[in-house]
Amino acid sequence: MSAPSYAIDVRDLSKTLEGRLVVNHVDVRVQRGKIYGFLGPNGSGKTTTIRMLCGLLTPDAGEGTCLGLDLRKDLEQIRLKVGYMTQKFSFWEDLTIEENLNFVASVFGMDTPKERVRSCMERFNLAARAHQLAGALSGGWKQRLALAACVLHEPELLLLDEPTAGVDPKARKEFWDEIRALAARGLTVLVSTHYMDEAERCDQILYVAYGNIMAEGTVEEILQQSGFSSLEDSFIYYVNQAMENQP
Amino acid sequence: MKFSFSRTGAILRKEFLQLKRDRATAAMVILFPLMQLLLFGYAINNDPKHLDTAVLSKDNSIFARDFIVGMKNSEYFCVDQEVTSEKEGRKLLQEGKVHCVITIPEHFARDLVRGKRPMVLLEADATDPIAVAGAIGAAPRIGAESLAKDLKGALSLLRPAADPFTLCIHKVYNPEGLTRYNIIPGLIGVLLTLMGMMVTAISLTRERERGTMENMLSMPVTPLEVMVGKIVPYIMICYAQAAVIVIFAYFLFEIPVLGNWGLLALALLAFIICNVALGFAISTMVRNQMQSIQVTMLVFLPSMLLSGFMFPFRGMPLWAQAIGSSVPITYFIRIARGILLKGSTFWEIWTNLWPLLLFMCITAAAAVRLYKKTLD
Repeated sequence: MSAPSYAIDVRDLSKTLEGRLVVNHVDVRVQRGKIYGFLGPNGSGKTTTIRMLCGLLTPDAGEGTCLGLDLRKDLEQIRLKVGYMTQKFSFWEDLTIEENLNFVASVFGMDTPKERVRSCMERFNLAARAHQLAGALSGGWKQRLALAACVLHEPELLLLDEPTAGVDPKARKEFWDEIRALAARGLTVLVSTHYMDEAERCDQILYVAYGNIMAEGTVEEILQQSGFSSLEDSFIYYVNQAMENQP
Repeated sequence: MKFSFSRTGAILRKEFLQLKRDRATAAMVILFPLMQLLLFGYAINNDPKHLDTAVLSKDNSIFARDFIVGMKNSEYFCVDQEVTSEKEGRKLLQEGKVHCVITIPEHFARDLVRGKRPMVLLEADATDPIAVAGAIGAAPRIGAESLAKDLKGALSLLRPAADPFTLCIHKVYNPEGLTRYNIIPGLIGVLLTLMGMMVTAISLTRERERGTMENMLSMPVTPLEVMVGKIVPYIMICYAQAAVIVIFAYFLFEIPVLGNWGLLALALLAFIICNVALGFAISTMVRNQMQSIQVTMLVFLPSMLLSGFMFPFRGMPLWAQAIGSSVPITYFIRIARGILLKGSTFWEIWTNLWPLLLFMCITAAAAVRLYKKTLD
């Protein structure tokens, strides 16, 4: 049986946290092998949506599939096939780079963990710092370690939650080059971001505000729909529109 | 997903690596029990002697003087102050300058000789009943003995009649009535309760605060794997602590280990699992390290106070005994005292071991059950 054409196909996804509707009946469809940018202001529900997609939060309503697996029933299978990078660096700061990667390799039950870790470190230029504690790394190196750990088990889908927040432009560029290289090898990426230049690097973008999807399409389509010449203006336009629609 | 030894091993390795780098915890593991042992072992005494005592003597007879000398010579009373009025004696008690005031009434000798049984007053500061209990209990015997040499000849009739029987008292398992024999086995339980619960609960809530738990949850690990991987290192730490206490107690305070070491190790294992699993369960219900400390203390304080460690269990009302019976430390303290001091065998500790094993199963099951696989 061939793999479904959508890596993510969810409908009517809703989540209320502490009495506030954070995600409001959202439909998300992400084609395999593409990079999707998830844009929205702070508190718009990006992180909550991503957490629901990787099984960290249970949706209050809605259904769908992630990599063809049921979002509610097949959480364990989804976790094996998805790489998730959190907004804040969430690897163990009192472990070295190598120890962090070894841990991930062991937990995912890889056949040749040592070789996988070694080649992963070489690919991400982490080998020279293998024995450095993660807590002693700069933001850019932490981000690189987090990405290396997320792709170590060769996931089919990568969910990145504001991965470049607080990272210098050079590190951001290198990060995006790596993301593009991964996508070129067939990996699907859903990345949330605040940066408009990053949005432009995506194949598709989704604007989300106040828990609602406001617009969806390629950069050109979004600009056409909004009637603006820059993504930044179109983003502000859609956020204002969402704010006006708020009850 | 089935339980995987390799995934559990990965979590274990990670925990050990983290613990290895956590010097503060390593130091606490050894120093904390040692410090408590020295403090409790040397400092706590439930039968204090040489209580500061003032005397108000309204009679200057040989009988009154011998009575006071008898009190002075006893090990319970340190008679170093003489007062001239009841008011002065009460003031000393009020200010806490003395623990006891002895008042010998006027015409003490005359009334004694006439067989009128004069009343000597012993006022003891009972704000701390344990502090004065020994002295109060010993006072009648000391008084009678101090006058024995004066009650000769015709006065020998005034001597208290001998009991019609001989009561032979053996203080079994602790002939000298040493407080440390009682305290130190209990101290093992108290320290393991505190450290087992608190360190485990803090360790997990710290993971949540640092965001690493979110990472762990996104990985294919089962609650049982996380629990085993997380608690096994702490079980080993608690074992190390128990070993430190028992070894130092043996060599420093001469606390015997009359029973089987293997039996002690078994009871320790069940008790330690109870505590670390409870710590694990607490961590699933709190949001931050401060809350985990507060909840741990909420469980720890009644555990310590109602377990029989500080106060006699049978002396508590039934409702308090019921609370005491619902914490594992109560059973462990009885087992520890049994094995260390009485040389109890497996079947002799069974009545206290099975509740401990039951606690172990319940807390471990609750910890796995309460562990959330999501951030909901």
